[in-house]
Amino acid sequence: MSADTSAAAVTKDSGVDPDKSTSLAKAGAWARRAPLLPALIFMIVVTQLPFVATIVISFMNWNAYYPDDRSFAGLDNFKTVLTDVNAREAIIVTVLLTVGVVLISLVLGLAIALLLDRKFRGRSIARTLMITPFLIVPVAAALLWKHALYNAQYGLFNGVLKFLFGDSAPQPDWISDHPLIAVMFSLVWQWTPFMMLILLAGLQSRPMDVVEAARIDGASGWQIFTNMTLPHLRQYIELSGLLGAIYIVQNFDAVFTITSGGLGTANLPYYIYQTFYSAHDYGTASAAGVIVVIGTIIIATFALRTVLSLFREETR
Amino acid sequence: MTQAGKKKRSGVLLTGAAWIISVLFVFPVVWMIWTSFHSETDAATNPPKILSPFSTEGYSAFFGSNPWPPILNSLTASVISTVFVLCLALPAAYALSIRPVKKWSDVLFFFLSTKFMPVVAALLPVYLFAEKIKFLDNIWLLIILYTSMNLPIAVWMLRSFLSEIPDEMLEAAQVDGAGLVRTLREIIAPVIMPGIASAALICFIFSWNELLFARVLTGTRAETAPVFLTGFVTSQGLFLAQVCAASFVVSLPVLAAGFAAQDKLVQGLSMGAVR
Repeated sequence: MSADTSAAAVTKDSGVDPDKSTSLAKAGAWARRAPLLPALIFMIVVTQLPFVATIVISFMNWNAYYPDDRSFAGLDNFKTVLTDVNAREAIIVTVLLTVGVVLISLVLGLAIALLLDRKFRGRSIARTLMITPFLIVPVAAALLWKHALYNAQYGLFNGVLKFLFGDSAPQPDWISDHPLIAVMFSLVWQWTPFMMLILLAGLQSRPMDVVEAARIDGASGWQIFTNMTLPHLRQYIELSGLLGAIYIVQNFDAVFTITSGGLGTANLPYYIYQTFYSAHDYGTASAAGVIVVIGTIIIATFALRTVLSLFREETR
Repeated sequence: MTQAGKKKRSGVLLTGAAWIISVLFVFPVVWMIWTSFHSETDAATNPPKILSPFSTEGYSAFFGSNPWPPILNSLTASVISTVFVLCLALPAAYALSIRPVKKWSDVLFFFLSTKFMPVVAALLPVYLFAEKIKFLDNIWLLIILYTSMNLPIAVWMLRSFLSEIPDEMLEAAQVDGAGLVRTLREIIAPVIMPGIASAALICFIFSWNELLFARVLTGTRAETAPVFLTGFVTSQGLFLAQVCAASFVVSLPVLAAGFAAQDKLVQGLSMGAVR
């Protein structure tokens, strides 16, 4: 119901004359907007104004090492970014990392959610164990993977290999040999519990009587899964995929800590960080930022279309 | 084998699988804690010595490096920004759900869309502006940014929780002549409490974990725990037990909060949005 019609309903109830009612309706609309304004203004000031500034800077020649050389650059910065090998690689890495981590964590998270949805002894303990990776500070998790697990000399992985196969066991240098996979693996470990939690909440909101009825009618477990469970979970899958993607596109911690962006693992956030923080090339960094935002908006618009069902569902 | 016997066996198998996977997922953390209680020489052996003697060497080295200022900074930034988020998000969520403003879904979409903007794209102007007004290396700058980072999620979560209040209940309260304050206290508050708790928990976790802003915008005074952790390794070479001890201590507040409020976390993550 829109503000107008409900305001009209209020005036009908109170039975005031029409002249007064329009001003009342106006006051009502403002009373409704008022609680929203602080949050809205705050968000616009803190997130939108800087972005406008980013757009402006992206059209400028501006390197902090040459402060006197500030000038209008037109589209040069964008050209630089789009022709820069590193930037292109960063785009590819970002896509691979995001798609890979989100998909693998979703599938794993779904499987684990199905396992933990069954009633068994100690289920809540198993769930507690499962969510632990999500509760470790990302930097700490990255340090843990880099030094305690992946390390070629004394990391746990090679330690286990040596323990199992003796001194002649292979001792791969996990991070140098497969840098991107190493980063992905640690992120999958951190994000699978997140996906699992949302999907488990979805599973537990399933109307069990309908599932029981289907089972009595002779539906197999697989049929129940594909025809009932998955459609019910659709919203939850979309939601967790969307939220996961938002955070993993922007991932900085794992890339920064595990490989320092080396060995072809620099993603866009790391590329921008480096261009701006180490190279002090503000113009190029801003252009890259603008390109990221445009790309994200395009993807987000598609993604949100599917999630928009969440918005349409309820109208008061 | 009978049908029931088959079912029982597959049940045992599935339970076993659930346990094995859960243990595998927690294992790196267990290993981190285990390693943190070894001496440096025992921690860095290959193959690992599992039963080496207990040592708090890593912890004394970590606490000897004066980690309290960054931990206190993290605590300040996370707690205060979470309070700010709730103060801003509650009224906004109210305006978007109960008696919503016109185009409420557009407004909600705007809030959400700010999450799609990679923070790096706004970081540079924030940095330059803060530098200009001498606001760098100030914990309040992080508090403001963390508030903006978490506000959209909180608005979204709280709105969904508020939307769960049936219209009839609000109308009944109105018919009974309950004023706004009484309606808020007696009808809305009980429904929204779990929502507030889970929103607060998630805001706290994300603020505590944040690295990029903190790394770029703080220096020695306002350094947060994650930044301290990253500097910890590079500046002192590698001491595995010490790194594990540090990682564990810095993760402890989030671990404790997360374990204590697991159900809230589940509720919050599903955001009540999908019912």
